Amino acid sequence: MANVPEDLHYSKDHEWVRVDGDQAIIGITDYAQDSLGDVVYVELPKAGDEFAANESFGSVESVKAVSEVFTPVAGAVVKINESLADEPETVNSDPYGDGWMIRVKMSNPGEVDSLLTAAEYEDFTKAESE
Amino acid sequence: MTTGITKVTKHISPNEQLIFERSQTGRIGYRLPALDVDESTLDIPAEFRRDDDLEGMPEVSEVDVIRHFIRMSTWNYSIDLGMYPLGSCTMKYNSRLNERVARIAGFANLHPLTGEQDAQGALQVIYELQQHLAEITGLPGISLQPAAGAHGEMTGIMIIRAFLDARDGAAASHRRTMLIPDSAHGTNPASAHLSGFSVKTIKSTAEGLTDLDHLRELCAHGEVAGLMLTNPNTLGLFERNIKQICEIVHEAGGLVYMDGANMNALVGVARPGDMGVDVIHLNLHKTFSTPHGGGGPGSGPCCCTKELEPFLPVPRIVKSNESTFRLDYDQPRSIGRVKAFFGNYGMMLRALAYTLTHGNDGLREATEAAVLNARYIAAGLVDDYDKPFAGAPMHEVVFTDKRQSRKGVHTLDIAKRLIDYGFHPMTIYFPLIVQGAMLIEPTESVGRQELDQFIDAMKSIASEAVEDPELVLNAPHDTRIGRLDEATAARKPVLRWKP
Amino acid sequence: MLEAIGLRSPEDLFDSIPQDLRLQRPLNTPAALSEIELLERFEQMAARNPAARRVSFMGGGAYSHYIPTIVDHLLSRSEFFTAYTPYQPEISQGTLQTIFEFQTLVCQLTGLEVANASMYDGSTALAEAVLMAERVTKRSKAIASTAAHPQYLEVVRTYVQHAGIHLEVVPFDERTGQSWKLLAEAVDNETAALVVQSPNFFGCIEDVSALADAAHAKGALLVVVITEAMSLGLLKSPGACGADIVVAEGQSFGVPLSFGGPYLGLFATREKYARQIPGRLVGEAYDKQGRRGFVLTLATREQHIRREKATSNICTNEGLIALAATVYLETMGRRGVQEAAYQCAQKAAYAARAIAKVKGYSLPFSGPCFNEFVVRGPTKAVELLARLGKEKEIDGGIALSQFMPDRPNDFLVCVTETNSRAQIDSLVEDLSTI
Repeated sequence: MANVPEDLHYSKDHEWVRVDGDQAIIGITDYAQDSLGDVVYVELPKAGDEFAANESFGSVESVKAVSEVFTPVAGAVVKINESLADEPETVNSDPYGDGWMIRVKMSNPGEVDSLLTAAEYEDFTKAESE
Repeated sequence: MTTGITKVTKHISPNEQLIFERSQTGRIGYRLPALDVDESTLDIPAEFRRDDDLEGMPEVSEVDVIRHFIRMSTWNYSIDLGMYPLGSCTMKYNSRLNERVARIAGFANLHPLTGEQDAQGALQVIYELQQHLAEITGLPGISLQPAAGAHGEMTGIMIIRAFLDARDGAAASHRRTMLIPDSAHGTNPASAHLSGFSVKTIKSTAEGLTDLDHLRELCAHGEVAGLMLTNPNTLGLFERNIKQICEIVHEAGGLVYMDGANMNALVGVARPGDMGVDVIHLNLHKTFSTPHGGGGPGSGPCCCTKELEPFLPVPRIVKSNESTFRLDYDQPRSIGRVKAFFGNYGMMLRALAYTLTHGNDGLREATEAAVLNARYIAAGLVDDYDKPFAGAPMHEVVFTDKRQSRKGVHTLDIAKRLIDYGFHPMTIYFPLIVQGAMLIEPTESVGRQELDQFIDAMKSIASEAVEDPELVLNAPHDTRIGRLDEATAARKPVLRWKP
Repeated sequence: MLEAIGLRSPEDLFDSIPQDLRLQRPLNTPAALSEIELLERFEQMAARNPAARRVSFMGGGAYSHYIPTIVDHLLSRSEFFTAYTPYQPEISQGTLQTIFEFQTLVCQLTGLEVANASMYDGSTALAEAVLMAERVTKRSKAIASTAAHPQYLEVVRTYVQHAGIHLEVVPFDERTGQSWKLLAEAVDNETAALVVQSPNFFGCIEDVSALADAAHAKGALLVVVITEAMSLGLLKSPGACGADIVVAEGQSFGVPLSFGGPYLGLFATREKYARQIPGRLVGEAYDKQGRRGFVLTLATREQHIRREKATSNICTNEGLIALAATVYLETMGRRGVQEAAYQCAQKAAYAARAIAKVKGYSLPFSGPCFNEFVVRGPTKAVELLARLGKEKEIDGGIALSQFMPDRPNDFLVCVTETNSRAQIDSLVEDLSTI
């Protein structure tokens, strides 16, 4: 069973959001990394790029698949996880920790409330894999 | 006592290094005649000349090269060794006679910019092959210029675009949607994109055919430039509503492009032109037996209706009179040239030799045998593997790993285990809409005995998957190398040798 | 077998095709020929290609070089020519290792860091290079000159016509036959690709380093295209000159003329652009026991995964032709490639000097050449060359008027290591007497 930490917010595209003041840290879930398989490359935006909610901000590649990743909340990129360039496999080994992808300054922090809770996301993935 | 000699496997070929690792300074494998003109100081300035002395390029003898490649060749599976049932690839026998024809000096030594009066035989070959392909497809406008299937596809889609632009003028700019079924080859959307179309995906029905209601719905939007359809489709099923499909698209003002990858199921039996298709590409390296060569060269002729003919690439090869052929550049509505010269000419020679040695009845017979063989496999494996679509397959049949995956054995494992039984695996995980797909295309080039051996091998793997899954999961067992770590290879790509 | 699957006649196999769509008559193509008849037919057609038997000085994108006997022998091995794309690495190591060596050789020759498993030919490789430059720079203008191969420019035009890329073509210098100065002046801040052919269509060598500086100063990529790959044995590699993408026609390396194909597109670039390359790539990989092997890699760029967002729609490479080039380059090796290139340049220089001395003939361009050069004759080149062919059994070159109607008397002469001094002398002799 995939790990779904209680303290995070989730999107139906399988991203998670950790709120830190008016900033949000974004990555992909354990469920997502497991269905992708071995991650070989992560394409990320540049700091300063701005995204609307649910916009594609990059992509994650496994050997034989590419998945786009989307911003669950709108905002401007403050920082990206540069270590993923050399060690994309961190997305597999530590999706909620060192495998984070971008940190954004939220333009509308209220958006977080519309995301799924851990329990809701768990139900969602259960329904999806059936 | 250890000798320090590492033999990689019990295989007859020892581990063959890269040629660069074999290189010895000063060794040569060639000899040119001595320079017989008066040597002069070349007027090429020093800063335009190489200053690295081509360091790192191999220095080896002729026998080094021979052994190097012969050893490596033994690590390849090939059609000549056995059945190669790759679905959608049509791995049929490559006749040696065709190879001989392609090497006739009068063709092999002919320069492509030779004046047409001095290359009449070469142009005749192109013209005759065009005639045969027109008859086989029922589509009279032909260009042999595209170098491969995807290239022919791009050509066909650009022809559709040029036709719409000519027909609708400025209004054509609203007609930029290409409809493509979810079961299509990846080249289809890529080619559509290259021609400036956006792609909308059509669903397949539970039966595995194009969903007519969905097609009607998409066509109702009014922006449809056309439909790209493979027939038989990539599930090996004939789109029996093809005529209706073409009518729906035509009524919406669009054109129908057929991906001809699966023409091996139709030659001599049914013609795309009679179904309402406007333009198609063929793969000479599939249907017409030219060798796949380890990944090319291909050849992807584009065939179209009379209406679309003015848009074909230039030059056209046409007949001036009974026995004279010429290049026709005077085609103002042409999409332009898609390749230098005339296309992969050597493949045309082989394909013409194929149609001529088979004759009209032989071409149809080959189709019958190809479909019969696929039907025989379908019947032989249906008890052991999940067959997701009930319909009778044409020249290829799709199964899945649904039953085996309950034991943790997946399509990839079954494919790898097939190697241990002496067969090349089938196409796996394609089409994408079938989870764990195994697409099997035997072609006409195998007899019943070999089909039975293949069926037995697949049955045996099915029982291994139940009784000894580990055996299957760790396959292949007898190859020179085992499964390679493709993830690490993609994370830190090493794409060339370095000293 | 029909009975085994419950069918009565072959016609039953096609039950899923509606009756009215089935062809109710035999195909209207000829009846089957035996081997003897077939060979006779093709020999008869081949006999109608007299040019294939002549001494030739034709180049212009397709070249007559010496092909060592072992090239055809090795590519006739069943294991190579009847294999498919190496999707199953455990039983395709022969093809995969060959391609890895091919990629390495292309890097060594072009002076670049990564090369793909090959493209259809030089012209389509150039079109793909322009498309790649657009992806990398996110700009939409390409600049080339009329000194590039006219058919290559046509192909680029076709490829980019719906890609939102504008191709601007600048003229060349009538005195030198070179275009680099005009190209350098044309590059601007909107340019994605600055395209230069060197040696160019007239055989003249361009100043690639100067163009690299000009392109980079404006943030554009320099794309170098080569039709005569043998020149790489003598001329400074485009990579060393600063090129970002190098594409070439590889036919010179062991591939017969064969009326224009199948040939071989070479494609190389900088490592930082590896994920933007079109076509297949082979990379090193290891199995669980640590044994080295090779696999198709970075496949996520390709159409079967990324579909309409792929770097190209290309699916096949020119596998067998890449094998021919690999065998050729390894047999000729480091010294052979240099020697062949040197002989080409020396023999061409000898021929150019001799032709320039013939009354009525001159060399219109002053730029340095490798093994091709333009000659201006006393009469229409088309007629002159036709007479040479018919009366003297020599193909003396390519009339430029078919590409450039304003150059009626100019023709392009190509000399390679296969042309003996005696052949060159008789060409000179025939030009003076005809």
